[in-house]
Amino acid sequence: MAHDELSPIVVENAWERLNTFTDARIGLGRAGVSLPTSKLLAFQLAHAQAQDAVHCPLEVEKLANELTKALTLSEAPISLHSHAQDRALYLQRPDYGRRLDDKSREQLQQAAASQQRYDLAVVIVDGLSALAVQQNSTPFLRALYQILSSDAYDWQLAPLTIVEQGRVAIGDEIGALLNADAVLVMIGERPGLSSPDSLGLYMTWAPEPGLKDDRRNCISNVRPAGLQVEEAARRFFLLLKEARQLKVSGVKLKDRSEDNVLEGESGTTGSISNFLVAD
Amino acid sequence: MAKTYHTTVGARSYRFASLAELMAKASPPRSGDRLAGVIAESAEERVVAQMVLAELPLTTFLNEALIPYEEDEITRLIMDDHDAAAFVPIRHLTVGDFRNWLLSDHATSEVLTSVRMGITPEMAAAVSKLMRNQDLILVAKKCQVTTAFRNTIGLPGRLSTRLQPNHPTDDVTGIAASILDGLLYGSGDAVIGINPATDNVAQSVKLMRLMDEVIQKYQIPTQSCVLTHVTNTLEAIELGAPVDLVFQSIGGTEATNRSFGFDLSTLAEAEAAAQSLKRGTVGRNVMYFETGQGSSLSADAHHGLDQQTCEARAYAVARKFNPLLVNTVVGFIGPEYLFDGKEITRAGLEDHFCGKLLGVPMGCDVCYTNHAEADQNDMDNLLTLLGVAGCNFIMGIPGSDDIMLNYQTTSFHDALYARRVLGLKAAPEFERWLEEMQIFQDISTHRLNDQLPAAFANSLRHLPKEPRHGT
Repeated sequence: MAHDELSPIVVENAWERLNTFTDARIGLGRAGVSLPTSKLLAFQLAHAQAQDAVHCPLEVEKLANELTKALTLSEAPISLHSHAQDRALYLQRPDYGRRLDDKSREQLQQAAASQQRYDLAVVIVDGLSALAVQQNSTPFLRALYQILSSDAYDWQLAPLTIVEQGRVAIGDEIGALLNADAVLVMIGERPGLSSPDSLGLYMTWAPEPGLKDDRRNCISNVRPAGLQVEEAARRFFLLLKEARQLKVSGVKLKDRSEDNVLEGESGTTGSISNFLVAD
Repeated sequence: MAKTYHTTVGARSYRFASLAELMAKASPPRSGDRLAGVIAESAEERVVAQMVLAELPLTTFLNEALIPYEEDEITRLIMDDHDAAAFVPIRHLTVGDFRNWLLSDHATSEVLTSVRMGITPEMAAAVSKLMRNQDLILVAKKCQVTTAFRNTIGLPGRLSTRLQPNHPTDDVTGIAASILDGLLYGSGDAVIGINPATDNVAQSVKLMRLMDEVIQKYQIPTQSCVLTHVTNTLEAIELGAPVDLVFQSIGGTEATNRSFGFDLSTLAEAEAAAQSLKRGTVGRNVMYFETGQGSSLSADAHHGLDQQTCEARAYAVARKFNPLLVNTVVGFIGPEYLFDGKEITRAGLEDHFCGKLLGVPMGCDVCYTNHAEADQNDMDNLLTLLGVAGCNFIMGIPGSDDIMLNYQTTSFHDALYARRVLGLKAAPEFERWLEEMQIFQDISTHRLNDQLPAAFANSLRHLPKEPRHGT
């Protein structure tokens, strides 16, 4: 067929320019129905970089110094370690990553000897992306501390902690040891191809070891190209206030921070404006 | 009292303290069972366990609950819903004989459908442990499970896709761009399903309305779903939101589901609520479930069972509520449960087989994370195997990269590869739509249109000039 002879080997997509609106790999074009070589290799490079990010260690001292300065802390953050000694063990034994090693536990018991109760313990955990923690912790906490200090209530914060080789649930043990009513875990999320730097926020009311996911609220994808730190801090603060009022967290505490979205766009009717449904 | 199991091989005698231990040790190796401490201690012990398991009558599983009836509502569901009449043709078999029977010419598609409700998840799990990958493929291919809402999923020779247009900030233009990309690559007949970045009711309602408008404007014979918690969707229904399918992640033990924040009564309520909206045109299947090996252990709710047996029990939960789609998200959970491409492949085939055997409309998220020992080649292999096995649906995402959930799954291109090499088609109603919209130049050879179809060319004229951030 004459038409076949005129077809290019790689067919580009007329909608490729939509990629200015999303990081998703849209409009890639095709060779037959398959990926063109350049797009295949771009993917392989991103995957290689993400795999490398998983194994990059957190620079604890550097982060601690940065936080002390930026938040004008009176005492440096406490550096802790999970029961998982190294990354290889961490990847295969999530149970080790959920609890502190003996030395860290003793350290916290001493720190909490005063029996003082705190409103909130903030726990920074490397998780699966040290890069996310290194990059986003300081700006996020600066935003959060600003909100807390301008609130009418006098928020009592437990000493800041930084954990290596940790998982989300380790925050519950730390929160309990520090006598905190609530714990915020800031953790590096599993790196994506387009987002090796994504920070996750998890909150538990009345933390204690052994709690499950249904007791935690999550705000995800905090990073420069994702959810901005100011907005993340605002949403977390609303959750924290509601948790404090209702004395619950997790599925019993719904995130209401975007209820205004619904009202702003006329409830359950009216158009969600986008080019696909424009008249 | 729980029975123990003994056997002797050469000079060595083996003892398995319980049925749960026997099942676990008979399982092909995977990291999650090692993590749980239930894995066989040697390669020999594993095969010995399989030999002992092969001798067990299927009725053993009706007499001995792996998790006590009194303690677990999933066990109660399995036992109470067991259909003794349907079980008659296989009740005399041992697990080993059951494998032979499944592979035999006696077990036709019709016969397999008729015995379905006589098979418990534990029987399915047990026999799968004796089966090679080709056995899992061959038998699954004979099991047909067809469901319908606005189109028909699971017909022979069809492979459907979930169009998954996730966006890290739920930006509507970004989501619409991925939907357009997917539709123009022929994706989205199983469902257009979004995992919201912000998981609350208001955001879910907004995304439901976005997808509903697209489906209505282009008259697409498909359904939408926002993958938010079941209780959020119930609230959305009360608010009058356009809910097609209700989503929930489910597990195979009561404690797993409690950790997910629901129980069976919640699912019953959700199914009834979604059905009351009467939004389906060709069927009434309104539930979309996701599962995956390791979820029970992850919630410390596995009761000493191996992860594949827990997974099979989740299918008892699924089939109770007549789902349109059940998706095993096989490589999402990470290397502590499925370490590498080989373990992910085996688990994907097991889940698809067990689901289909039990009558569940099984699809598979053929996927991996960046901390697992797996890559695109492993996904190509599993996708091809599942296509051969007659898998109902797979995921479709731009360029395999989920920029919200941070993992890799099958792309729009991958689905077309599978359809082309295996001669598979989209759901019939959706296939007709693809032709009418001129998305394909020749749909019988899976040849896409080199030109932009008219209806969509028009939409691109409405593009905003500047990228928008946030919503």
